[in-house]
Amino acid sequence: MIIVKDLTKKYAGATAVDRISFSVAKGQIVGFLGPNGAGKTTTMRMLTCFLPPSAGAASVAGFDVLEQPFEVKKRIGYLPESPPIYPEMETVDYLRFVGKLKGLAGAELEKRVAYACERCSVADVKTKLLGKLSKGYRQRVGLAQAIVHNPEVLILDEPTAGLDPKQINETRDLIKSLAGDHTIILSTHILPEVEQTCEQVVIINKGKLVATDSVRNLQERARGVESVVMEIAARSGVLDPEPVLRRLERISGVGRVSVRQRAEQAAVFEVESQKGQLVRGDLARAVVESGWDLHELRAAAMSLEEIFLELTSSATPAETKDATKESQA
Amino acid sequence: MRNTWTICRKELGAYFASPIAYLLLTMFALIFGFFFWNALGYFVIEGMQMQLRGETIPMNLNEEVIRPLLSNVSVVGLFFIPMITMRLFAEEKRSGTIELLITSPLHDLEIILGKWLSALILYACLLLFTALNFTFLFMYGNPDWKPLAVGYLGLLLQGGFLLALGTFISTLTKNQIIAGAATFGVCLMLWVLEWSSGYDSATWALVLAYFSVISHFDAFGRGVIESKDVVFYLTGIFLGLFFTARSMESLRWRS
Ligand SMILES: Nc1ncnc2c1ncn2[C@@H]1O[C@H](COP(=O)(O)OP(=O)(O)OP(=O)(O)O)[C@@H](O)[C@H]1O
Ligand SMILES: [Mg+2]
Repeated sequence: MIIVKDLTKKYAGATAVDRISFSVAKGQIVGFLGPNGAGKTTTMRMLTCFLPPSAGAASVAGFDVLEQPFEVKKRIGYLPESPPIYPEMETVDYLRFVGKLKGLAGAELEKRVAYACERCSVADVKTKLLGKLSKGYRQRVGLAQAIVHNPEVLILDEPTAGLDPKQINETRDLIKSLAGDHTIILSTHILPEVEQTCEQVVIINKGKLVATDSVRNLQERARGVESVVMEIAARSGVLDPEPVLRRLERISGVGRVSVRQRAEQAAVFEVESQKGQLVRGDLARAVVESGWDLHELRAAAMSLEEIFLELTSSATPAETKDATKESQA
Repeated sequence: MRNTWTICRKELGAYFASPIAYLLLTMFALIFGFFFWNALGYFVIEGMQMQLRGETIPMNLNEEVIRPLLSNVSVVGLFFIPMITMRLFAEEKRSGTIELLITSPLHDLEIILGKWLSALILYACLLLFTALNFTFLFMYGNPDWKPLAVGYLGLLLQGGFLLALGTFISTLTKNQIIAGAATFGVCLMLWVLEWSSGYDSATWALVLAYFSVISHFDAFGRGVIESKDVVFYLTGIFLGLFFTARSMESLRWRS
């Protein structure tokens, strides 16, 4: 649905987006992830035909953004970084205006406006002036504006910025429910958002593609190891972590063991093991048999945050090569 | 065409939703009302004096009142044009709503025409206020309506030209104040260019005077439609809108 190939954008002097390539299949939700200034907004502006690329090509819904911008524009709904609202307009009038610009008319227009109002929960501010709405409501109106003409592709630049936690969840659910009918690409720098909402993630940093993969694969790929977090306490008196470390390391399949936190009576250990080695049972047994108490034992799934930091801070050649290989696949 | 009208309606809504339209209308009405009653008062006193002196040359409302008033309107209009056009694009660029317009399936020309048309309609509303004053003349005197109509045509053409220029300048910046000030400066320049021909009849002075918007209004004020003046204004409108379109294009390449 969206195919980006070697897309590049140069501003006077600086390269904001540097030869990035990725593709998005129909009906998917893709998270576009990167720190501030990574080039997310710039890429989205090129996809929406707001900015022309300096080099490379992009096609949306089967049409090239440079060759047939008109066809692309008909098929996208775009929520820019700051919601494009006119403060002197009322919510419904604004949505009608946008609907008309996108080619809707008559009963169809009214139906879609009512639908968008309801979907984005702005029905209660229908006749309020947009300039008097709170930031969160403006964001919702911005979202309503993007879906009003039922576009094939939704391009959302930080759709949850400025919303309260409840609204963030509702918006994420809304976005998830829109997938399937719509192909969605959303940018964010909030990692849990990608973990919760997206199936696919594209990570960029300083204009360069760092990785593109499914969220699950990325979590697993980051390390070939699994780690387990254990909280172990002494039955009585002070716990000396040293013998615990040595005992745990002796178990077969266990790699590095480290102390994460320590207190008087208890300590938290992180135990790494090769993927596929089922060591948790052995670990529990060893602890109990050695006369310690086991307070907690859980798998430490590596958060996307760690992956992200790892990928963006040390974009080693190996990883970059990996990323390009996958984007070509 | 439908999109042009959608944009135009939205712009008119913006003018009349904010105090700007009412402010301009009030100011224009006050200033023009002042001119009007002054001119009329002068005309009446003049008439009485002539009667006292026993002169019988018939006085002409068209020549003595309407013509000077129309040329006053054409000059006062210069000061109002920047206030009408300054927000057209600068505001959209500042607030980011330009992204909505540009990423919607619209042609640039539809956006530009819609905006220019809305400005022209607001300007026509200002002129309508002046026309109300003239109805008094028709109630109590017997002026010829044709020169008046030609005068209004001239005012609309001149307004259309300057509004197109202002629209263009508004695409150059994100700052309304800068757009307004620059438009004002240009309008003023185009007005004073005429003065150069006052003391010098060299070619350059005549060329400069040709570009004075006001000098092209003279004939309209007399009730005469000269094709060279119409061509001047229409060319100006075309060029203004053409440069607006070019500027919108380059906006994307630059930003
Ligand atoms: N109009 C512009 N002129 C020059 N440079 C620009 C312009 N817009 C953006 N840039 C530069 O391009 C780079 C990418 O900016 P972009 O806005 O795409 O980042 P982003 O990923 O959206 O960041 P954020 O998370 O803060 O929104 C930045 O270094 C920025 O300074
Ligand atoms: Mg951004």
